[in-house]
Amino acid sequence: MGSVASYFGQLCGGEEKKEEERHLRANDRPFNLSYNYANNAIKTSKYNIFSFLPCNLFEQFRRLANAYFLFLMLLQLIPQVSSLSWFTTAVPLILVLSMTAVKDASDDIVSRNCNLKNKYLNNSVLGQKTVTMSRLKEHCFLLILYHLRVVACTADANLSLSGEVRCEPPNNRLDKFKGTLTLDGQTYSLDNDKVLLRGCTLRNTEWCFGVVVFGGPDTKLMQNSGKTTFKRTSIDHLMNVLVCMISFIHQIFGFLASMCTVLAIGNGIWEVREGSVFTVFLPRDEGVNAALSSFLSFWSYVIILNTVVPISLYVSVEIIRLGNSFYIDWDRKMYYPKNDTPAQARTTTLNEELGQIKYIFSDKTGTLTQNIMTFNRCSINGKAYGELFDFSGQRKTERVDFSWNRLADPKFMFHDYSLVETVREGNLEAQAFFRLLALCHTVMPEEKKEGELYYQAQSPDEGALVTAARNFGFVFRSRTPETITAVEMDRSVTYELLAVLDFNNVRKRMSVIVRSPEGKVTLFCKGADTIIFERLHPSCNKLKEITIGHLNEYAGDGLRTLALAYKDLDERYLEDWKQRHHEASTAMEGREERLDELYEEIEKDLLLLGATAVEDKLQDGVPQTIEQLAKADIKIWVLTGDKQETAENIGYSCNMLREEMRDIFVVAANTAEGVKEEGMVALGGLLTSVRSCTPFLLYCSQAFALEKNLQMELLRTACMCQTVICCRVTPLQKAQVVQLVKKYKQAVTLAIGDGANDVSMIKAAHIGVGISGQEGMQAVLSSDYSFAQFRYLQRLLLVHGRWSYLRMCKFLRYFFYKNFTFTFVHFWYAFFCGFSAQTVYDEWFITLYNLVYTALPVLGLSLFDQDVNDRWSFQYPQLYTPGQLNLYFSKKAFVRCMLHSCYSSLILFFIPWAAIYDTVRDDGKDIADYQSFALLAQTCLLVVMNVQLCLDTDYWTAVNQFFVWGSLAAYFAVTFTMYSNGMFLIFTSSFPFIGTARNSLNQPNVWLTIFLTSLLCILPVVAFRFILIQLRPTINDKVRHKVRKEALPAPTPRRPPARRISTRRSGYAFSHSQGYGDLVTSRKFLQRLPLWSRQAPFTQTDSPLAQNQPQHYRTIAEEPEESQSP
Amino acid sequence: MGRTKKMVKEELANRPDNTAFTQQRLPAWQPMLSAGIVIPGFVIIGLAFIGIGVALFVTSQSIQLLELDYTGVEQTSPCFKCSDPNAKNCMCELTFSTDTLFKGPVFFYYGLSNYFQNYRSYGVSKDDDQLSGNLDNFKSPSDTCAPYEYDRNNKPFVPCGAVANSLFNDTFKLYQIVNGAKKVVPLDGKGISWWTDYNIKYRNPAVTPLKNAFNGTVKPLYWSKPAYELDPSDPANNGFINQDFLVWMRRAALPDFRKLYRRITDGDYAEGLPAGNYSLQIAYNYPVLSFEGRKKVVFSNVSWMGGKNEFLGIAYLVIGSLCVVMSVVMLIVYAKFKFPEEE
Repeated sequence: MGSVASYFGQLCGGEEKKEEERHLRANDRPFNLSYNYANNAIKTSKYNIFSFLPCNLFEQFRRLANAYFLFLMLLQLIPQVSSLSWFTTAVPLILVLSMTAVKDASDDIVSRNCNLKNKYLNNSVLGQKTVTMSRLKEHCFLLILYHLRVVACTADANLSLSGEVRCEPPNNRLDKFKGTLTLDGQTYSLDNDKVLLRGCTLRNTEWCFGVVVFGGPDTKLMQNSGKTTFKRTSIDHLMNVLVCMISFIHQIFGFLASMCTVLAIGNGIWEVREGSVFTVFLPRDEGVNAALSSFLSFWSYVIILNTVVPISLYVSVEIIRLGNSFYIDWDRKMYYPKNDTPAQARTTTLNEELGQIKYIFSDKTGTLTQNIMTFNRCSINGKAYGELFDFSGQRKTERVDFSWNRLADPKFMFHDYSLVETVREGNLEAQAFFRLLALCHTVMPEEKKEGELYYQAQSPDEGALVTAARNFGFVFRSRTPETITAVEMDRSVTYELLAVLDFNNVRKRMSVIVRSPEGKVTLFCKGADTIIFERLHPSCNKLKEITIGHLNEYAGDGLRTLALAYKDLDERYLEDWKQRHHEASTAMEGREERLDELYEEIEKDLLLLGATAVEDKLQDGVPQTIEQLAKADIKIWVLTGDKQETAENIGYSCNMLREEMRDIFVVAANTAEGVKEEGMVALGGLLTSVRSCTPFLLYCSQAFALEKNLQMELLRTACMCQTVICCRVTPLQKAQVVQLVKKYKQAVTLAIGDGANDVSMIKAAHIGVGISGQEGMQAVLSSDYSFAQFRYLQRLLLVHGRWSYLRMCKFLRYFFYKNFTFTFVHFWYAFFCGFSAQTVYDEWFITLYNLVYTALPVLGLSLFDQDVNDRWSFQYPQLYTPGQLNLYFSKKAFVRCMLHSCYSSLILFFIPWAAIYDTVRDDGKDIADYQSFALLAQTCLLVVMNVQLCLDTDYWTAVNQFFVWGSLAAYFAVTFTMYSNGMFLIFTSSFPFIGTARNSLNQPNVWLTIFLTSLLCILPVVAFRFILIQLRPTINDKVRHKVRKEALPAPTPRRPPARRISTRRSGYAFSHSQGYGDLVTSRKFLQRLPLWSRQAPFTQTDSPLAQNQPQHYRTIAEEPEESQSP
Repeated sequence: MGRTKKMVKEELANRPDNTAFTQQRLPAWQPMLSAGIVIPGFVIIGLAFIGIGVALFVTSQSIQLLELDYTGVEQTSPCFKCSDPNAKNCMCELTFSTDTLFKGPVFFYYGLSNYFQNYRSYGVSKDDDQLSGNLDNFKSPSDTCAPYEYDRNNKPFVPCGAVANSLFNDTFKLYQIVNGAKKVVPLDGKGISWWTDYNIKYRNPAVTPLKNAFNGTVKPLYWSKPAYELDPSDPANNGFINQDFLVWMRRAALPDFRKLYRRITDGDYAEGLPAGNYSLQIAYNYPVLSFEGRKKVVFSNVSWMGGKNEFLGIAYLVIGSLCVVMSVVMLIVYAKFKFPEEE
């Protein structure tokens, strides 16, 4: 058995051997193929035509449930044991297996089509193909490029290279790469700078040569995205998701086993006391004694009582989940018309978990923010420009027309015409202001067509500032390592770039020193306001005061601010400084410190020009959504690769952090001890804090690379906080954070993100949500749900999730009630039939009970039910909290459900028992026979189940009515048909109940019994619920009560558009620690080749402007992609 | 204009349909368990139940019932002599008297206790195909009939199976003692089984004479006569459509049961059994003492609600009263705690 299993295991996707070194030869296809490295196709389909049936069946029977039912069916084939005909289990099982097989097949076909789309490149492209970079990105392969210089040297050899690469095996470390390249007998070392990772974009070149080293699942990105290369399979989900349900099922099985044992013992006793003497009429089979009989009766009862967990449970659960997923797909309020994206439930198995979310892990860029920066306001020489709002929040000013400037970016918007006039009038300060913006940056321009400029900025802030300058007539046109060419008010000016004093985390500013064509040397500096203000010339004091006022105003509106300053330099001083700068930058020791000193020296006595305010545009409705989710007691953690300031800024602007939250704890130490200390402080602070729910904790990545107990400590602290923001986390660390919470908090987690760097987090969380939109499909492909806007999250959780959870719980409660009751009746009957596993009901009824008679009403309940409608759900986010505590289907609820079943089954057995005892028909004939009793009992049961369903239904649609009445009608129709003469004459041995319905359902006492049992089952429930509502109303009861009084909730009051925040926040919050100044001034960056040029392209190519952190490149890619689409 | 419309349409190609179903806005009725419905509801249901209960109880009380145990456990019992398992063809006689007219039509039942007709392996031990007159199953009965499938000589039992084998074979004759003389009370054995059993479910094979169909088969082990000779007085009442056989084959749901034996509808007794002394002559054949079973005869008349059963009436009365009590309790709870209006 084990070997068979392992055989199938291999056949259906087995393990691979571990690779120790990767060895590739360029242009040597047979050699490369001999290693069987993963190619670029990311294979997600599981089957082919021939393996489908065996593999699929194997997979299906690996599911405990299916195997269990197969076992039951086999058990029923043993005549001594078989208390039910084999078809009672076989019919549902075959139905389920075939339905699942069809679903698996269609899933597989879908992913196969996906694969076909993905196949593009082969393992080796060196020299064989020039590949346009855009396509590379599109197809997302990890491509490791040779250092281009190497290629360039040998390009003359007509592209017939025979390089050989040896490198490390695939791994998930983004920051390391080790390998060697042997080319023409020479060995070059390969390191991280010489590779291009999947997901990166290569700029400023149309093509390049490279060799693919890792493909498909081996790429670092895929390696980073968690163990599996694709979504988790649904069985994993099932196990994860329904942990609680499964544990119930275990309990049920335990319960079932103990019931069977009791009955088996009962049978043993009966056999000894009664059976042994009853042999006159019921002789025993040979060799069967009381013990064996008892053993056999155990299995017989296993067959009968297995209806507590019928196979239809699994089918119904699947259908309900499918239905609720479709509701998500169909929801118009989660459809984003701008890019025609509807919400999508990519997995159908998780809907009810959406109603139990306790923690949300969110990415920042692209998820909370649009990742679009807009230049909104500025203060120039003490005068504020920008948008003006009246009291109602309406814009007072018109959009400025920039048509006079032919190089203007048509998408740029500004709303203050006076600034344009000021600039065009020739105001020197204003011109200097924009000149600074046009010169002091590290943006790379790209001009594909004359006049069509694209800026590639390392951060959107910079791009926004340079674009602003461009529109106000100071167009940054091109740059070389030594010069910057700008068009100033239609006049082309080329500045000599003398030095770039680059940005870094400590300096929080950057400067350039340029010489104008007139020979004037100027230092332009922009940076965080506090930093700049420290370095101003005392003559600016007055201006400084005014500017600070403006800055406060901008900060209050949640804008990111920068202060701008300049200084004219003396030529001689500069010569001297440059000399020292050169010495310092070539010094072997203390280079950094010496440079810093030099920078510090020259960046002083600056003259203030003004300040800019850039808006990091949040996605629509983000603050409101966060507020709603917070009201629903969902904790939101933001995990971002950004630095602390940026993260904090966003926290403020999207309402996660508020001014009144004074206790902000920052754990940012780099060492374990430091983290421990800071964590302790935070914990201490939390414990003493009066408002223990408000603080916010800022984590840095280092915090999670700790030993276990410390992790726990930090986690405990973090979980006490209202808001947690983790910054500078890598994709894998995001996943670790999620896993940590998942593991120790036993809460349902949701991760939401949009980019490839969120994939691992999305996969790690119970539920992954992908924002579909600008960042490509990576996140969406590995997510469980996807939609276009963050704000749809509240609808997903508060409406769809809540309803799904409610429905699933209602379904489970009702379903278990229905089947427990059904089964318990057998238990009671056992005491009257010698524990012989005689069923109470007709076999056909047993077969059809779950499949037909009760299938649709409960589906109707669990597809349509809603306690209150969506608007009320938004109005009272508190309605969400019962789900987090899993109140609706907890152990307590389950026990209650069992007791209820127990009561109902007692009624349902003993009332018919007593009513039929020794009685006869009104014509004196028999009615206390087994068949009449079976019919009476099953009719009572079905009526009670339907009435109970009605009682549980909160939301009565026509469909529900139809299902309930239809099912009852179907029951009687089917019963009369099966008990008819015709059926008996055709299938004599299958329908022995002929005539029972006609003979007993015309008796008044039968109907009186049915009526009595129904009311006796229902009335106590009604009374109990009524009293419970009076004594301990739940939030649902309260809201529903309110709904009855008011037709619709009052519209939510509009939030004031801006919050006043007293603290200023610096806008110089780029997502990198070090600027690109080096790159800009070095000769290394690529010269873009004009399109018309057909000459050999290798003359100047040097190092690719590539870095190894894809998440940074995303931001650069943003701008041009935006502008390319009209 | 048309073009822009078309373009808009194309742009929103993926927009979900705006229907009440897809948007989950189906019109619905949302009832709640409010005091205004629940409390009066309980009162009304309670009163209705009390009404029904009274009617049922009175009806049940009006039914006359006479039960006589004739197992012969006690030594004083006239059938004690027959309780010896070795006694063959034992006859015993039970006397009883009625003070008033036992209103007719009177139904004459035999009852068995502690008899597990509902034991699973007993219950399945029959062959419906055979009993519906299928001759193939005469030669080879279904294996469900085990252990009464074939006899030792491998000849098939017809009818096969434990149920048929254990056919109740006590017979009764009822006399009224009028002036010391026994006057036979005519017993009607026709139409005591279900119409469907007699006409559809059980069929004799279409062979005349019936006896020929049973060639090559043996009668059930415990039977004294073969199936085609069950009722010598009425040739039509033989084989599988013998009324007593049909009544027996409709196996009971519970271990204590009674089955219709005869009806008293003819002659002087059409109006019922007049007050007086009666004698019941019993041919005691059926062994029940080995498993502590009991045998009894029951005389009863019926009403619109069937035989005598006081349970339903009492249950309705009790539950009706409980409903009324409950409504008072709920009213108190409602008045005292009342659903908090504001949170």
